[in-house]
Amino acid sequence: MMLSARERELLIELWDRLTPVAEDIGSEALLRMFSTFPKTKTYFAHLDLSARSEALCAIGKRVVLAIADGTRHIGTAQFTSNLSYLSRFHAYQLRIHPTNFKLFNHCLLVTLACYLGEEFSPRVHAATDKYLSAYSAVLAEKFR
Amino acid sequence: MVEWTDFERATIQNIFSKLDYESVGHNALGRCLVVYPWTQRYFGKFGNLYNAAAIMGNPMVAAHGAVVLHGLDRAVKNMDDIKATYAELSVLHSEKLHVDPDNFRLLADCLTIVVAAKLGASFTADVQAAFQKFLAVVASALRRQYH
Repeated sequence: MMLSARERELLIELWDRLTPVAEDIGSEALLRMFSTFPKTKTYFAHLDLSARSEALCAIGKRVVLAIADGTRHIGTAQFTSNLSYLSRFHAYQLRIHPTNFKLFNHCLLVTLACYLGEEFSPRVHAATDKYLSAYSAVLAEKFR
Repeated sequence: MVEWTDFERATIQNIFSKLDYESVGHNALGRCLVVYPWTQRYFGKFGNLYNAAAIMGNPMVAAHGAVVLHGLDRAVKNMDDIKATYAELSVLHSEKLHVDPDNFRLLADCLTIVVAAKLGASFTADVQAAFQKFLAVVASALRRQYH
């Protein structure tokens, strides 16, 4: 997967814009995922997953901020090393079936499309999709 | 037999009644070719697909996008028997076009994103779930005749 210099710029711009609304974007993406792919709820059975619940907002915010942070380190060794804790967490504690990353990524893209409308151009869509795939790959790296 | 709730039926009819098939089809197919470049393998005769601008500006992509959306319309009008409605199309995609059915999901995802961008906040989580269920049924019907 290759991200050009321009795509990296586009990503930093995009996620800088999303950082102040991280909670809204993150909680909405999660909600969409739980509605469209109900099996994903199995990982959160112990939490209140209703719209804009405390848990949803807290997790959503954390996820979006982590994703935003990564855009500044794409293509560097720091990208993988910064994600090392999250990677271990997802592998050894959460033990999420890897296909679920794609489901979340898709719902995040849908959320961005709703939020940005026409501004979510094919180029930005492609760059974001590639970035999220790379990000998930690092998160799933330690799974086995 | 797929069971549709009243909400799901109404949602699908409602969404498709709001879509300009030409523009949405163009946008969705174009995005698919941009975001998932391997899908370009099925469009060798479409000329210039060199970059995002070329793809989105390509008139053959636009025309074919409309064909796809009009094809989807048949499922919208026959929600209770999508399998039978698409039997021939399934054979076409398998025997003649040789399309890897995993790619149907990619086009469905791009279409979802285009519709989301168009409808904004009214494309709620429940609406999205209904829309994606519909597209999953369509994709499944299209895969049926692959042997």
